[in-house]
Amino acid sequence: MSETTPQKARVATVWLGGCSGCHMSFLDMDEWLFDLAEVADVVYSPIADVKDFPKDVDVTLIEGAIANEDNRELALQVRENSKLVVSFGDCAVTGNVTALRNPMGDPSEILARVYVESPDLNGIVPSEAGIVPPLLPKVLPVHQLIQVDVYLPGCPPPADRIQEALEGILNDDLPRDRGEAIRFG
Amino acid sequence: MRDARPSVTVTFDGEEYDAFAGESVMDAARRLGVPIPSLCYLEGLSLYGGCRVCVVQIAEDHRLRPACATTVAQDMEIKTDTPLLRAHRKAIIEMLFAEGNHVCAVCVSNGKCELQDMAVATGMDHVRFDYQAPQREVDASHPKYVFDPNRCILCTRCVRVCDEIEGAHVWDVAFRGADAELVAELGKPWGESTSCTWCGKCVAVCPTGAMAYQGKAVGEMQHHANVVIRLATARTKGQWLDPEEVG
Repeated sequence: MSETTPQKARVATVWLGGCSGCHMSFLDMDEWLFDLAEVADVVYSPIADVKDFPKDVDVTLIEGAIANEDNRELALQVRENSKLVVSFGDCAVTGNVTALRNPMGDPSEILARVYVESPDLNGIVPSEAGIVPPLLPKVLPVHQLIQVDVYLPGCPPPADRIQEALEGILNDDLPRDRGEAIRFG
Repeated sequence: MRDARPSVTVTFDGEEYDAFAGESVMDAARRLGVPIPSLCYLEGLSLYGGCRVCVVQIAEDHRLRPACATTVAQDMEIKTDTPLLRAHRKAIIEMLFAEGNHVCAVCVSNGKCELQDMAVATGMDHVRFDYQAPQREVDASHPKYVFDPNRCILCTRCVRVCDEIEGAHVWDVAFRGADAELVAELGKPWGESTSCTWCGKCVAVCPTGAMAYQGKAVGEMQHHANVVIRLATARTKGQWLDPEEVG
């Protein structure tokens, strides 16, 4: 008599235009991460050494806004290969701090200000084809590029809020009417 | 002492209540403890009716009415919480967020902001509209206060409190539509205004982080909109309310 082991969910997290604070908050779930590891495998993440975004992912948490070409490309890959996409934190949901440059317009002017006008040394804008991704004209919240299924605001979302959302998602019970759990900032 | 005003019977979401003839749906609801969300409305100031967050439905009428600017009537059936109202209120809050540059994470009012609270109350977990990302200059010319138009929702509370309670009328809304902006003394830097008395009532009533004290960091700015209730009551009834009770 054999019991079939329930298949583990395939979970991914990606880090786009953000400060990694949401991932820090993810790690703040502390011992619950062991519980998570019982039911899910982390198949791609900035804290796991996996080079390419895998196929057939059940749920992907996207931290950060779409700020450059690399962000754009990875977000499209995430959508194509994930059943459920979560906008993870304020930068993903609203653009937030990453989008503070939007009112200033053309990113080339901002790059010149930061790398050429302000510093005393090496006054050049870094550029290296294939290594330094070009900035997009405007920073976008994730849902303006790809379809997003769950929004998890907060800067960063507190660990208990992430846990609650993940528990819901992994039990096919998507969070709704969440009250304080959707507070920005 | 009983209030001698004649009363009318109304219903809020099916519950019967006595309201005073002539008062607004909003004032009745506040007094009776029926929650109606609002932003530009502030007890003690004149009506503006600009934000439309306080819309209610009257019986089967398809038109939505702002509770602040609708007078109660006998047998009025007021609905304050329907799917239609919730959808409209949420859309309004989303539009406010999309119109300015509201970045809660770096705002002096983070955690103490009526717009942020309203986003929670209306269930806004993201904004469906394109962010306009307007370019707006912060006015930090005043020695004591800062005005950040990026966070301004043009509720005109500051305009009204300055004109009606302080009597200085420093503030106005200039231009129209998407170009509308708050101006001090017809367009001067605030610090150069000669009519500003430095009283700080505009700062006290601001629902967002648009008006703040100089030197406040993220989440440090606490507004005190209810100061207006005390001042207005003192003026109209000649009595000072207990600050603890007013909040």
